[in-house]
Amino acid sequence: MTDRNSSLSPLDLETPEKPFLDANELVINMGPQHPATHGVLRVILRLDGEKVLGLECVIGYLHRGVEKIGEHRTYTMFNPYVDRMDYVAAVSNGMGYCETVEKLLNVEAPPRAQHVRVILTELNRIASHQLWLGTHALDIGAITPLFYTFRDREEILKIYEKYCGARLTTHAFRIGGLQYETYNGFEREVKNFLDFFRPKIDEYEELLTTNRIWVERTRNIGVISGKDCIALGVTGPVLRASGVKWDLRKAQPYANYKDFDFDIPTGQNGDTYDRYLVRMAEMRQSVRIIQQAVDALPEGHIMAKVPKVMKPPAGEVYHSIEAPKGELGYFIVSDGSTQPYRLRVRPPSFVNLQALDVMCRGQLVADVIAVIGTLDIVLGEVDR
Amino acid sequence: MTQIIQYIQSYLGSDQTPGAAGNMFWALVYIMLVFAGLSVAVIAMNWLERKILAHMQVRLGPMRVGPHGLLQPIADAIKLLLKEDIMPAEADGFVFWMAPFIVVLAAFTVFVVVPFGPTHAITDMNIGILFMLGVSSLSVLGIVMAGWASNSHYPLIGALRSSAQMVSYEVAMGLAVVSAVLMTSLNAEGTGTLSMIGIVQAQLAQGEWFIFKFFPLGLIAFFIFAVAMVAETNRAPFDLAEAESELTAGFHTEYSGFRWSLFFLAEYSAMIAVSSIAVTLWLGGWLRPFPNLLHNATWDLVFSLFPGVTFLLFAAMCFYNAVRMPKHPLFRIQTIGLAGFGVVLGLIGLVLFVPAVSLRVQDVFWFAAKVAGFMYMYIWYRGTFPRYRFDQLMQMGWKVLLPMGLGVLILTASVALLQQRIWHP
Repeated sequence: MTDRNSSLSPLDLETPEKPFLDANELVINMGPQHPATHGVLRVILRLDGEKVLGLECVIGYLHRGVEKIGEHRTYTMFNPYVDRMDYVAAVSNGMGYCETVEKLLNVEAPPRAQHVRVILTELNRIASHQLWLGTHALDIGAITPLFYTFRDREEILKIYEKYCGARLTTHAFRIGGLQYETYNGFEREVKNFLDFFRPKIDEYEELLTTNRIWVERTRNIGVISGKDCIALGVTGPVLRASGVKWDLRKAQPYANYKDFDFDIPTGQNGDTYDRYLVRMAEMRQSVRIIQQAVDALPEGHIMAKVPKVMKPPAGEVYHSIEAPKGELGYFIVSDGSTQPYRLRVRPPSFVNLQALDVMCRGQLVADVIAVIGTLDIVLGEVDR
Repeated sequence: MTQIIQYIQSYLGSDQTPGAAGNMFWALVYIMLVFAGLSVAVIAMNWLERKILAHMQVRLGPMRVGPHGLLQPIADAIKLLLKEDIMPAEADGFVFWMAPFIVVLAAFTVFVVVPFGPTHAITDMNIGILFMLGVSSLSVLGIVMAGWASNSHYPLIGALRSSAQMVSYEVAMGLAVVSAVLMTSLNAEGTGTLSMIGIVQAQLAQGEWFIFKFFPLGLIAFFIFAVAMVAETNRAPFDLAEAESELTAGFHTEYSGFRWSLFFLAEYSAMIAVSSIAVTLWLGGWLRPFPNLLHNATWDLVFSLFPGVTFLLFAAMCFYNAVRMPKHPLFRIQTIGLAGFGVVLGLIGLVLFVPAVSLRVQDVFWFAAKVAGFMYMYIWYRGTFPRYRFDQLMQMGWKVLLPMGLGVLILTASVALLQQRIWHP
């Protein structure tokens, strides 16, 4: 088992500690079928008793070749496939893809479409964070928040269902704008949801934020510095909880995020508790953005002029958005035909998962579960 | 023949437990009763836990098997009995086979000394509480055996966690128990007792439950015990041994079917057992509220009505929900079933109003009601708390509860001494 050392993350400078009493290490295979690995992640743990000496992630159990499929579909046909990557934040995936292709085609969605896109993606951010909160708490042993978050997430899914007919893999956006005009009462329902949801965040926080056991289980667990985050390419709430104020919505504003007033919540310690607080604050900020967007929803067209058969000029484009889990980027190489020559996705979960080893080294088995939860990975996106 | 009848009759009207009276026939009857009652309690607990937890979590819980899922535990039991008996190929067969039996044996044997009433115990031992603590801690042996024999990593870690946890919490638990036992010696003769029945009688004689004795010393000792007993039974938030999200199912990962159900049975009867200890030591065991203060014929009558009224309330709940059932023909059987269940409960309630019955049963009722309170707390903890981590759990056991237990013990002893020597010489 000693040869595993060589395959450990190069970022880690300290060598694993010598096991106490020179006892044999225990190598445990956690997953791919395991209740807390959020799907089919397989983690090979090297343990000394309960202490983690090192770990290695084995991925690929959910690989469907999304990127390769992209090379054999037209730009329009590929759109629904991206929903299947991060299936709890399908709307964000679609947002990223549509904006990338729009950049390639050099078209811009009309203001009304932009506003609706922002509303739906921010709702999706809330839904994604709710799912994260529920499963993260469940992993740490608090079984009740899961049901509260799912109850409230249902309201968001209802809005999606009414808007486009689907709840999970929504395929809500089209290249150049939206397929559907909003339904009657869309604005009222979104506003109702915001009023309904504001006290719910307090309800979640009431259960956990000051809960002694919760704080003990999450504070100083899975600490990662901002420097390490940047070195590993970690983005999203994990990066921000380590004190780096980097949010693509502010740093490289896309859609019409420039028009909205919101803060970027950051943490200081980069531990699991800070990441929890950052995500809770992000939900509040999302509520703020949605409120502004829905209050100022302009009238007008929902679809820009795009050719029926899309043949973008030859060239390449990279565009990234701030998905709930971090930077979601699409890199498309066009050869001037109707299909991309190469399509590459930069999924936040996949990159963030690299940090697992650094964050878990020296912690206990129970903390590995907490850290997997706090990284908020979706295996559909890791494997694609 | 007449000798046998005489032997049987000789116990009737006795003010002793059958074991103490040396009457084996009645002891056997009591054992049957306790065993049956316990099994029913575990089944009821299974249903209640799922229902209560579900309602805490804004869901309905079991609703399909029987009205409001009342038959769900029975369906589950049948399912478990019919399941294939799987033993891992690499397992140590004999130890794997033995482990659940040891756990069940330990969990059930402790009920030999649990006093459901002044005479309602299988036997009264002069070392009752010691016996209970000793036998209940045997179950850790079964858990370690199960984890070891499975020959698998998760069960092994679960078993190690469990043994460390139970061993360290037993110390704090023991200290809390000792401080309660110490309180029994505060009488004119200065003789304490370890007998479970004696402990309750001491509370009656001293006119207060030990939880209120030397306030807040009794309360703190009770608190220590209440925390330690959750850890002792491996329940949330101390359910590290079977931490689902970490170790899949902990020490019983490799068990299925009937063997698994034995672990389940043992877990719930162990919960009832430790709750019984807590009730006996601090909450006055079978004593009704204010047995000394409100002691006259009227109050006796009022309190003797409680068991019957409780069952009538349950019956009323059944009828109310039967009326609320959807009027669709598909629900007819469920409605009838629920109403029938209500009738049964109502009849039991009516029988409990008969003075001869209520006189004998009310002790058991008060005891069961107090234990039920603890059972509810168990479910409540599970719905509220995240899980402690292993090192935090040990820290809490050794660095918080143990010193607290020692301190309470010393303070209790000092106060008791002062009371005997100075205030009441």
